[in-house]
Amino acid sequence: MTASQRAAHLAQLNIATLLHPLDDPRTAPFVEMLDPVNAAADAAPGFVWRLVGDGAADATGLRPAGEDVIVNLSVWETQEALWDFTYRSGHLDVMRRRRDWFARHVKAHLVLWWVPAGHRPTAAEALERLADLQANGPSPRAFTFASAPTAAEAARHLEAGATSQP
Amino acid sequence: MEDIDAIAVLQDPVRRRLYEYVAAQGREVGRNEAAEAAGVARTLAAHHLDKLAEAGLLETGSRRLTGRSGPGAGRPAKVYTRSRAERSVSLPARDYRTAAELLAEAAEQAGLDAGLCEAARRRGEALRGPAAPCAGLDEAMDVLAARGYEPHLECDEGGEGGEVGGGGENGGGGGTAARVVRMRNCPFHALAERYPPLVCGMNLALLEGLLGAGGRVRARMDARPGECCVVVEDSKNNDD
Repeated sequence: MTASQRAAHLAQLNIATLLHPLDDPRTAPFVEMLDPVNAAADAAPGFVWRLVGDGAADATGLRPAGEDVIVNLSVWETQEALWDFTYRSGHLDVMRRRRDWFARHVKAHLVLWWVPAGHRPTAAEALERLADLQANGPSPRAFTFASAPTAAEAARHLEAGATSQP
Repeated sequence: MEDIDAIAVLQDPVRRRLYEYVAAQGREVGRNEAAEAAGVARTLAAHHLDKLAEAGLLETGSRRLTGRSGPGAGRPAKVYTRSRAERSVSLPARDYRTAAELLAEAAEQAGLDAGLCEAARRRGEALRGPAAPCAGLDEAMDVLAARGYEPHLECDEGGEGGEVGGGGENGGGGGTAARVVRMRNCPFHALAERYPPLVCGMNLALLEGLLGAGGRVRARMDARPGECCVVVEDSKNNDD
């Protein structure tokens, strides 16, 4: 593994459209799982950072993608680390029940992209990546688990992108 | 090597015993241990283990089994684990995998989780037939083994969880830690990797139907890397 690959972290954004408000009893089981699942994320191998609202424990109060759309934005050391947390931890049980709480998305609702280590993506930047994926399909700029570029492609892309970053 | 050739390597009964032993351990196995388990000499076991590795059914590594290191620790031993590659043969040629992937893709896009889980629960109940709900973890082990889940008992201590003695001689001596059944094999692996919430939810519903409601055990989702997403445990209310 080269230095440039080690210096790259994986950012992920996923958005979910609430069927009912967060304080609705029908959404209560989801809200109850927020703190334990977020704590599990914070302690998961390869976890780097996640977006939280000012003075909040999570990002559910931020609504950068619409009034009833909650966002989850985080950074991980590797794609494997993110995969294992998302689908091989207590988080899977939340995912299993997603149809109870969230509307079905017609367009992509999860996007992955590489960032330089230490970079903290903003919600605006993350939503741009999602729009890119929705408009253009998977690319090294914006991809999904199933369409992830190889580490070498990712490193090339990140090196090319680094020169144009402020 | 084509699947049919790799599978044919298992026709030799010694090889098959060695393969099944290594597969059942879920960890690296050395030559001495495998030879002892299969009841053959070490050199014969080594020969067959390497044939299995050549066929791609086992993977090899090297490790110092004693835990020693540095000068005097001796040569690392060759160890074997089951290959993660899937092998199958269908005569005549059938392709249920592609059909399953297409159906899962459509179900995912249409958000059919609830309908799929209902169908899976009904199938589990049908597979159980007229039998009463599962009466305990030992019965659950048999039911799960018959469906290819490769179950094993663990002491669930909210973390790493030590393995309970495989031979069963420690059975009943579990002490304070609750025993749970975990499963090494996901029968739906390729689909579960592609559509985890959909397919793992289906699997949980299938197992709930298979084990039966209101019995002494219950299935619960508790995903971990490299294993089936479901754990089976004693029902909390089984003394009520």
